[in-house]
Amino acid sequence: MNASARALARGVWGSRSGRLGAVLSGLVVVAAVVSLVWTPYDPTRVDPAASWAPVGTAHWFGTDRLGRDLFSQVLVGARTTLLVAVAATAIAAVVGVGLALLATLPPRLVSEGVAHLVDVLLAFPVLLLAMVLAAVYGGSRWTAIVAIGVGAGIGLGRVTRGEVRRVLGADYVLAARAAGAGTGRIVRRHVLANITPTVSVQLSLILGLSVLTEAALSYLGFGTAAPTPSWGRMLAELQPYLTLRPLTLLWPGLAVVLTVLGFNLLGDGLREAGDPRLLERPAEGAGGAPRTAPAAEAPAIASASRARLPWARGAGRT
Amino acid sequence: MTAVGDRPGGGTSGGDTPGGDTPGAEPLFEATGLGRSYRLPRTSPFGPPGVRHAVRDVTLRLADGAALGIVGESGSGKSTLVRLLLGLDRPDAGTVRYRGRPVVPGRPRALRWFRREVQVVFQDPAGSLDPRMTVGAAIAEPLACLGVPGDHGERVDEVLRAVDLDPAVRGRYPHEFSGGQRQRIAIARALAPRPRVLVGDEPVSALDVSVRAQILDLLGQLAERHRLGLVLVSHDLGVVARLCDQIAVMRDGTLVEQGATDAVLSRPAHPYTQALLAAVPRLPPPHEVR
Amino acid sequence: MTAGEALLEVTDLRVRLGGVDVVDGVSFALAAGERVGLIGESGSGKSLTALAVLGLLPPGARVTGSVRLHGAELIGGSDRELSRLRGRELAMIFQEPSTALNPLMRVGRQIAEPLRLHRGYSRQAAARAAVELAAAVGLPDPQRLVRSYPHELSGGQRQRVCIAAALACRPALLIADEPTTALDVTVQAEILALLGRLVAEAGTALLFITHDLAVVAAVTRRLAVLRHGRVVETGTTDDVLRAPADPYTRELLAAARLTQWDLPTVDAAAAPSERGPDVPSPASRAASRTGR
Repeated sequence: MNASARALARGVWGSRSGRLGAVLSGLVVVAAVVSLVWTPYDPTRVDPAASWAPVGTAHWFGTDRLGRDLFSQVLVGARTTLLVAVAATAIAAVVGVGLALLATLPPRLVSEGVAHLVDVLLAFPVLLLAMVLAAVYGGSRWTAIVAIGVGAGIGLGRVTRGEVRRVLGADYVLAARAAGAGTGRIVRRHVLANITPTVSVQLSLILGLSVLTEAALSYLGFGTAAPTPSWGRMLAELQPYLTLRPLTLLWPGLAVVLTVLGFNLLGDGLREAGDPRLLERPAEGAGGAPRTAPAAEAPAIASASRARLPWARGAGRT
Repeated sequence: MTAVGDRPGGGTSGGDTPGGDTPGAEPLFEATGLGRSYRLPRTSPFGPPGVRHAVRDVTLRLADGAALGIVGESGSGKSTLVRLLLGLDRPDAGTVRYRGRPVVPGRPRALRWFRREVQVVFQDPAGSLDPRMTVGAAIAEPLACLGVPGDHGERVDEVLRAVDLDPAVRGRYPHEFSGGQRQRIAIARALAPRPRVLVGDEPVSALDVSVRAQILDLLGQLAERHRLGLVLVSHDLGVVARLCDQIAVMRDGTLVEQGATDAVLSRPAHPYTQALLAAVPRLPPPHEVR
Repeated sequence: MTAGEALLEVTDLRVRLGGVDVVDGVSFALAAGERVGLIGESGSGKSLTALAVLGLLPPGARVTGSVRLHGAELIGGSDRELSRLRGRELAMIFQEPSTALNPLMRVGRQIAEPLRLHRGYSRQAAARAAVELAAAVGLPDPQRLVRSYPHELSGGQRQRVCIAAALACRPALLIADEPTTALDVTVQAEILALLGRLVAEAGTALLFITHDLAVVAAVTRRLAVLRHGRVVETGTTDDVLRAPADPYTRELLAAARLTQWDLPTVDAAAAPSERGPDVPSPASRAASRTGR
């Protein structure tokens, strides 16, 4: 882990929302990892004798109608959720930023075509896309991932397009061009760095959105297929018993809500910590002596130059 | 390692240094019949599209080591002219030549020879420095882009000292500096590849009065020391008069008057120049000489 | 009563923002109809002083001291009381006329807004007044112009609109915060002349805030120089600019004179001998350039 990544992590941990987001997101990751090596019960094991077992030491979250352990299902479900969320968000990032760049950079024929295509595709709902994909390829996690990723990516592309345009119009891009930088370098060094705040907020929202969409798709039967546990399918299966066993619905519902909240808060924290202009604030709270130093030095530099030193110094060197 | 003041021989910069290195003998940098117009959105669906001539038939010459000021108010086309001179925009008419070679916008690599010798400082130092790039990275950018040989880190330190900043600031971000310091950083960036000509696009108009004076002094000293040619674009006649021996007055895309600074300021020929001079607010003369 | 002489009396004004005294004990006074300049660079606290007078400081700012208008204390006054004064007794124009105007409102309505608010003008009366005011500030074709939106006007025209709105109710005091900084030199000259004429006609006092000493010389009689939230020098404009007492004022003036050159038509005889040693004429500077 390099220094800037460590600074970023410190920054996230320094803000309250960032810390809460990191803890909640961390819980999901821990649940997913733990479920790989240990669950109290096989989450798919049917046990008619334990049907609707109450919350207790035997079954921490109780069981469903078939006697399957809900805690085990939530743990394993975290795996599905995490996979779908991360993979779909990664696809969205690539699709979104890619489309935004294509829609702004020359040649104009391409950029205008892409821009119009994005506007048209925006009218196409994600759920519909998933249903079409599921109808053609069968419902699975991967159809959900692709549908969410592409759908969200198009939306991201639309939002990012304006942002890319703003950066391309900035004086520092003109300055970079005057310094001899080509399009590739401008995109890598200037555009990507400066759209990061907007994109990262959008991605954290997409992360949360994909958890919800995956749950919705699974609930509707287009997402995760039958034996694999998923929070959305748990909700779908338990929903008919809402009035009889309301507590059972609480667990997958809570898991979804807390995960979405965690991702969104983490995104906020990352955005704040990643912006050099906002660096001072968390640093002050965390004993930021090195950060406050420049401000104190600044007048000294200015007054030195006011004393007309500038050249005298450099001259001695030649 | 060469110090700030030294320029590598003509060999690295394009190779074809003409013999006329004596200042004023032949133009180092020249624009001939330069024009650039923009299409305006149609006002009616049937009428022809409107055209705005941002720059029209501008001819300028800069001798080696000379200082040329271009004065104009907003909308006079001076910013477009700067872009054309820098090869950042393609003229509709006319040519820009540097050392006799045409400057044509195109692939960045093709203009390297030009960019190594002609650098620019923009108006708003807050906007012309990438907020997410450290000072050191920003100053090293032209060195990397232009493939300047040598130790870039060392060069960054040199130019920071040249603009009277502590080289230790290289790891900081632009927002940590005052406006004047940021403009020093932008000047350091422009100096980094050892240019022969510095183009300033309103380099001091975003600064406080006292800071403005410091930056003007700095530019003057740098020009003197490195025998830099200056092209200074400003709305402020005083700024231009301070640094430039030649002055060109621009209005509505054309040059209405051009000549030696003293001549133009003391005997303005064009009515617009006269109006411009009359409009400048004046300080009362001091009672006593300190 | 002494307060009767002064229209505005600011005493020991302090504004604390983010743990720093941005305005640190500023005192000055304005008589009715008087024009005073407040000079300072960025961070001198000049704009915050103006906002404090109007009671428009950003949230989180703490104000102490006294601001009296017609002898009545404004500091600590409720927002309701202050908003009754703003636009009627106190008016302000800003540096950026483009952001000071509502982009979605026709300029005529914005000009007459204070009249409707404070004088209870009917819509028709306000519309008629807007045309008159637009004509008074020299806007071309006022009948048509009042029906346009801010983006259709030039920068100078927008500032004229702001001035018309500010002077609509003939306020006792107009605060102008860098009103010409965003404008071209030729437009600046027109606006300064207009401002001077209108405040004289309306009998309005003018508090002119700027960093530009030459501009303040053209407009005001007296001035106060601000630095780091404190007044370092006060006096008549002529005295301060011709023979500054404070070292900071001297430094500012020296910096300003660097970009002033001599207009032979104005003071050809006097100027060369009076020039400071570090202000070479363009001629001598050019000679030094070519001679090196």
